[in-house]
Amino acid sequence: MGVGIEVKDLNAWFGKAQVLKGINIKVAANAVTAVIGPSGCGKSTFIRCLNRMHETNPDAHLSGSVQVGDIDVYNPGTDAVDVRRRIGMVFQKPNPFPTMSIYDNVAAGLRLNGYKKRHDLDVAVESSLRMAALWDEVKDVMKKKSGSSLSGGQQQRLCIARALAVQPELLLMDEPASALDPISTGKIEELIFQLKAQYTVVIVTHNMQQAARVADNTGFFLMGKLIEYDKTEKIFTTPSDKRTEDYITGRFG
Amino acid sequence: MPSVSRPLSLGRRATNLCFIVLSGLAATLVLAPLAAIFGYLVYKGVGSLSWAFLTHTPRPVGEPGGGMANAIVGSTMILSLGSLIGVPLGIGTGIYLAEFGRGRYVNVVRFTADVLNGIPSIVVGIAVYALVVLPQQHFSALSGGVALGIMMIPTIARTTEEMLLMVPNTIREAALALGIPQWRATLQVTLRTASKGVITGAMLAFARVAGETAPLLFTAFGNQFWNLNPNQPTAALPIQIFAYAISPFDEWNRQAWAGALILIVLIVVAVSAVRIVTSRGSMANNA
Repeated sequence: MGVGIEVKDLNAWFGKAQVLKGINIKVAANAVTAVIGPSGCGKSTFIRCLNRMHETNPDAHLSGSVQVGDIDVYNPGTDAVDVRRRIGMVFQKPNPFPTMSIYDNVAAGLRLNGYKKRHDLDVAVESSLRMAALWDEVKDVMKKKSGSSLSGGQQQRLCIARALAVQPELLLMDEPASALDPISTGKIEELIFQLKAQYTVVIVTHNMQQAARVADNTGFFLMGKLIEYDKTEKIFTTPSDKRTEDYITGRFG
Repeated sequence: MPSVSRPLSLGRRATNLCFIVLSGLAATLVLAPLAAIFGYLVYKGVGSLSWAFLTHTPRPVGEPGGGMANAIVGSTMILSLGSLIGVPLGIGTGIYLAEFGRGRYVNVVRFTADVLNGIPSIVVGIAVYALVVLPQQHFSALSGGVALGIMMIPTIARTTEEMLLMVPNTIREAALALGIPQWRATLQVTLRTASKGVITGAMLAFARVAGETAPLLFTAFGNQFWNLNPNQPTAALPIQIFAYAISPFDEWNRQAWAGALILIVLIVVAVSAVRIVTSRGSMANNA
């Protein structure tokens, strides 16, 4: 089941440069929330702050609090590894592990966390691949073919399956379809729509039509600040802030 | 504007052909010394090769026959000990340099590795003599292994570092985002991705030290008889070849050639075996 997110006063820096300024947002559970904005506005940094990936950069630091479900993400007592296991992430460029087969890729999250039982892994891999709409295409070759032998769209669905296999509560997607062709993009959007029932999804996209198609709520970021956050329909038809209106009508960005 | 669809002019085609020929020539020139050395070794050494050579220990000078069996086994033992020391330490250092090092300490480690790489092998031998042989009061295969292991570390560390740095950061991020602890992500994902290159580095280091004679002169020392105890002086192919080659006896000179041939063959066999074993499990060929 998906969880809600509550972000309070989030500020993030890369060295001296501040990339996020005072973000306050409540993300609804079991819904798709889109994060839109021009390049460099902090959208990717924002979602990376949710699963503690921001701090993997040595110059990065932040302040503020993030609550995902019942976990206080930045509490000193919270284990970053545990947070990342409960939050799945799909990146812009598909990144399957090149030396592993399709099966091993999907099972990687489980295996490398100590789950070794063959039967459990088989069940998890099958259900994840089915959820990612990849099962029928790879079920005969998944143990023989390497992850990187698939097409771009299939690789991205493989990465989604890999993220889902560890049964996260929240799925973060950083422009998942931007490197893909329109048909693969359509399949991924369909997938996101279906995932909504079980997961909370936050998707960063620079494609406003995609946000309009896929998301229940949308947040507009500009220069590190959250300008407006509301139901997608309202953002795209009657935005409250002039800057939002300028962006969605294409006056800049 | 001139048409771009006309065929290449004669001048450009000639230049093209010229460079293709030159690069083919360069490749052949590189292979030539290798072929020449191997060919000459076979020519000079194969006559003295026999089953007896491979299974007997040396005979006293003047008596015909005898072989280098103890040196073959001894070299295997010393190289195994050396690899046991050099490979884990080298890979560990490489991992540190690529994944975890920050700041000035990393530069110190890297510099030390480079300096260690340049130390003449005989100096390594004398150093290990002072550090291992003297306290133990006897020569041993173990000290020989230590000397060779020390020589393997810098090569393995640097190649491991280079190979790990070539793994794209997106792979590391994908592993971390799955909720895998850093050490596991480094060993079982990043290192695994770079494994082909890392293994090549280890084999290069192995092939280099396999023929080293000077460090063994002060550590393993050599032995005319069978020895399987790593705490005793042990025969080694390079030492035996050296001793036989500079001797004034024809019989021994001939055996030196055969020994050199065996040494090369063993190195090639060892390296090929590692390649075969590791590529069987690899998915990189299944793209």
